[in-house]
Amino acid sequence: MANNDFDIRYVANLARIALSPDEEAKLGAQLGDILGYVKKLEELDVAGVEPMAHAVPLANVLRADEVRPSIPQEAALANAPKQANGLFIVPKIVE
Amino acid sequence: MEYEAVIGLETHCQLKTKSKMFCGCANEFGAEPNTNVCPVCLGMPGVLPVPNERALQLTALTGYLLNCEVPSFAKFDRKNYFYPDVCKDYQITQYDFPSTTTGHVDFEFGDGLERVRITRAHLEEDVGKNNHFEQHSGVDFNRAGVPLLEIVSEPDLRSADMAYDYLNALKDILIYGGISDCDMEKGMVRCDVNISVRPKGTEELGVKVEIKNMNTFSGVRRAINYEVPRQIETLESGGTLVQETRRWNDVAGITETMRTKEHAHDYRYFPEPDLMPLRPDEAWLAAVRSQVVELPLVRKQRFVIDYGIPAQDADVFVGNVPLGGFFEQAVKGAANPKAIANWVINNLQARLTETGSTVDDLKFEPSAIVELVAIIDAGTISSTGGQEVFAELFEDGGSPAAIVEAKGLAQVSDSGELEQWCREAIDANPGPADDFRNGKENAINFLKGQVMKASRGKANPQVVGETLAKLLKG
Amino acid sequence: MLHELTLSALTAKLAAGEVSAREAMLACLDRIDAVDGQVNAFMSLDRDDALGQAEAADAALANGSTHAAQPLLGVPVSLKDLFCAKGQPANCSSKILGDFRSPYDGTVVRKLRDAGAVLFGRVNMDEFAMGSSTENSAFGRSHNPWDLERVPGGSSGGCAASVAAQECFASIGTDTGGSIRQPAALCGCVGLKPTYGRVSRYGVGAVASSLDQVGPLARDVRDSATLLGAMAGHDPRDSTSVPTEVPDYAAGLGGDLKGIKLGLPREYLIDGIDPEVRAAFDAAVKQCEALGAEIHEVSMPHTEYGVATYYIVATAEASANLARFDGIRYGERVDGDDPFSLYCNTRGRGFGEEVKRRIILGTYVLSSGYYDAYYLRAQKVRTLIKRDFEQAFETVDALITPTVPAPAFKAGEKMDDPLQMYLSDIFTISCNLAGTCGISLPCGFTSDPKLPIGLQLLGKPFGESELLQIAHAYEQATPWHTERAAL
Ligand SMILES: [Mg+2]
Ligand SMILES: [Zn+2]
Repeated sequence: MANNDFDIRYVANLARIALSPDEEAKLGAQLGDILGYVKKLEELDVAGVEPMAHAVPLANVLRADEVRPSIPQEAALANAPKQANGLFIVPKIVE
Repeated sequence: MEYEAVIGLETHCQLKTKSKMFCGCANEFGAEPNTNVCPVCLGMPGVLPVPNERALQLTALTGYLLNCEVPSFAKFDRKNYFYPDVCKDYQITQYDFPSTTTGHVDFEFGDGLERVRITRAHLEEDVGKNNHFEQHSGVDFNRAGVPLLEIVSEPDLRSADMAYDYLNALKDILIYGGISDCDMEKGMVRCDVNISVRPKGTEELGVKVEIKNMNTFSGVRRAINYEVPRQIETLESGGTLVQETRRWNDVAGITETMRTKEHAHDYRYFPEPDLMPLRPDEAWLAAVRSQVVELPLVRKQRFVIDYGIPAQDADVFVGNVPLGGFFEQAVKGAANPKAIANWVINNLQARLTETGSTVDDLKFEPSAIVELVAIIDAGTISSTGGQEVFAELFEDGGSPAAIVEAKGLAQVSDSGELEQWCREAIDANPGPADDFRNGKENAINFLKGQVMKASRGKANPQVVGETLAKLLKG
Repeated sequence: MLHELTLSALTAKLAAGEVSAREAMLACLDRIDAVDGQVNAFMSLDRDDALGQAEAADAALANGSTHAAQPLLGVPVSLKDLFCAKGQPANCSSKILGDFRSPYDGTVVRKLRDAGAVLFGRVNMDEFAMGSSTENSAFGRSHNPWDLERVPGGSSGGCAASVAAQECFASIGTDTGGSIRQPAALCGCVGLKPTYGRVSRYGVGAVASSLDQVGPLARDVRDSATLLGAMAGHDPRDSTSVPTEVPDYAAGLGGDLKGIKLGLPREYLIDGIDPEVRAAFDAAVKQCEALGAEIHEVSMPHTEYGVATYYIVATAEASANLARFDGIRYGERVDGDDPFSLYCNTRGRGFGEEVKRRIILGTYVLSSGYYDAYYLRAQKVRTLIKRDFEQAFETVDALITPTVPAPAFKAGEKMDDPLQMYLSDIFTISCNLAGTCGISLPCGFTSDPKLPIGLQLLGKPFGESELLQIAHAYEQATPWHTERAAL
């Protein structure tokens, strides 16, 4: 398991969360402790153990291909911080 | 040193379903922005996805059409990345257990056949559409959540033209199978192209460049035709290539750096906890298999070999499946497949197009065409008469023999009556008659025309020709 | 006093026409006016809407509607701040949602309405259900009605506080790692976490999708049974909802514990348990034995790995679930020159400290190069933890444990030590990882100050009926559930 190579700035960036220098220091240290604690799991031999993604053993839960009513445009945009001409407005996307 | 290009394609196509992948909104192009949306496909708090069964059927069906395996276990995963058109800031896709794996596509390229191996075809959801303005962008989520099949090829392509022909073949298969309408204008097919080059004869792959978001096949061809020489020139001039993602600038006709490896995304894939795994059972798969259709190339080869018709005719029957089906019903046991193909392609297809109808609307059986061809071949009617019979057949149905009878179209081969018409023609047209006698063999055609006219088309042209020659030479 | 009644006592009076739903609602509103200044359970409250719903219930009662058909008819119930109801806020006690109003009704809300409940008010929680004290709310902490200096637990702290303060007859919360049972224990109410898949999650702000379950916080076991019956059932909008029949939970109550085998997990009786909690727990075990239960010691060898497993699985899922709070489609936006800086600013400003901590942790454990070491390994350990339960349930009908190792702690005590805060969930977490059901009910009080102590019973998957029967038998033989906080 990873050692103290936890790079808070890199991860916060991945998570798209701006942190102040104080937060960076504080959260970085706390997360270091927590990661130290979860190393406990290394004690266990998990060879051959199936990973568990769901708590119940259902499969093939599907719906029929049927159209259901959408919501009106006003309702879709009602919560938008910025909107115009039926679109959600965002700063210019460059990529 | 001689280099070769190594090209793989990731082709995304929108599946032909009524509703979206995880909600009931319509899968429909061209609606007013943000009207085919609901809390689920807008990524509102608290919503949950429920997968569209038809999309899964079409995915498995694609698997069968691309000679893939359809595994007995598959699942959905989350692909995490922030982007304004990704409503949840993760895309639901299939990562390590896709619904179809390891297949191939055979297609015609140049004079021969080529095979491209398919790594996988996995199901995911499309994202919204960004509109770009001067100062800002605007997002429309109508497309968000439309089922999208990503078909990943192995790096088996070696040239731009080969990639182009592969894409067209793939598109034909998808349209054929009813998987996707593949309407390029509506953005139903998009490609990412992976390109590297290596010294010819070597095995090791070169540095890979990915060109993202191509939405025309000709664009793919142009981009490869730009990118491959760029890479070779870079290497030949002693430069090094970096693994990167590039974009195709269609106006400038060049590829440009989008992001390099250091800025590559970390998608943090993990199993989608909101969706249960897929374990297609035999009954479900059998129902999908019953929807498998013959592939275009297989069909073409079969038509050429089994019926002995020219490749161009076979292409028509590949392009128009119902017409080909009609042809096949007619041709079984018929003596002259080529003639039947001609009638079906030249006459039937034309009339169907003119009248905007389909073979299902026809008032006659395929066997009527067989009968028609037989009557013509036997000389009972002329080909002109045949046209008249066909017109009647198309209009009102019935049997060719009955139409010939009713319309009195049977050719006259009776020598007495024919000889009379021939004599009259020779007498009335001494000039052409003399020309023929003086060795201008073509002059007989004019006389023949006169006889046919006099018989109102009923004279058997072959017998007329023989009789005229006999009289003139005699 | 009307507001002190249990839900079942209230419905009896409503059915008999002794009180009206309007009177019941007014009693709650009066009580809120009187005590919520101290408790701070309610985040938002639409009085007119609440009274309107109550009057509609009265009209239905007058028209012959019955509690047999609508078991919650006329009963004021509060909701944790993460349930979506059309036109209403669902802030998840976060600043990031701004003035968001849900464009749709979630399934639980619809089912509760169908059952006749008067759904009023949004109660406090830890922001995005992340916490065990309700101190992580962006709108100020809630207070434990038994001792206002102490926390009510969390994350459904506002639910537990509002029930314990008698501001409502029941409250609906969610439980991801103990978020119903732990506050119920700390506030002296009954908190039920159903089996994963029993209650629809559609319309519930998602935290950790494979762990979250909706459940009731109520005054007693019978009320819990009635509420679960109204909410449970298959929902085609939730792919993880299980198509299993919903039994009549309330009708099954009333037996004793003869022939019931209760498992005492050795690994839960750790040194760190508060002596008074331990004493109350031991007495509760004796009480069950006296009621006819057989007590068997069982082993749950992977218990000590629960917290570590949980904080990997839960934070990973949460990091993705909370990505959508990006300032594009809804919620508070903090602008930026490009989408990237808009995201960073919005989320940096909009999320509180604990949420940031967990999102960053969850992002890390999924990131390239670390997935196998953290997330995949945790998923495998989760399998081992589930097996512990399966093995235990081969020999016993339910497990009996303390809900929390200690009674309610003082506000601020653990705020700067997240790991210690996490470790207080040690007894509740495994149940979510295994996906089974659990209930916490009062089993005594500490002496000075007088603080409630919780008893936890853990049942087999979809064994809610049996679990409620056991809890009910114990409850009816003890006085604890009749005690009310003096406010
Ligand atoms: Mg993809
Ligand atoms: Zn939708």
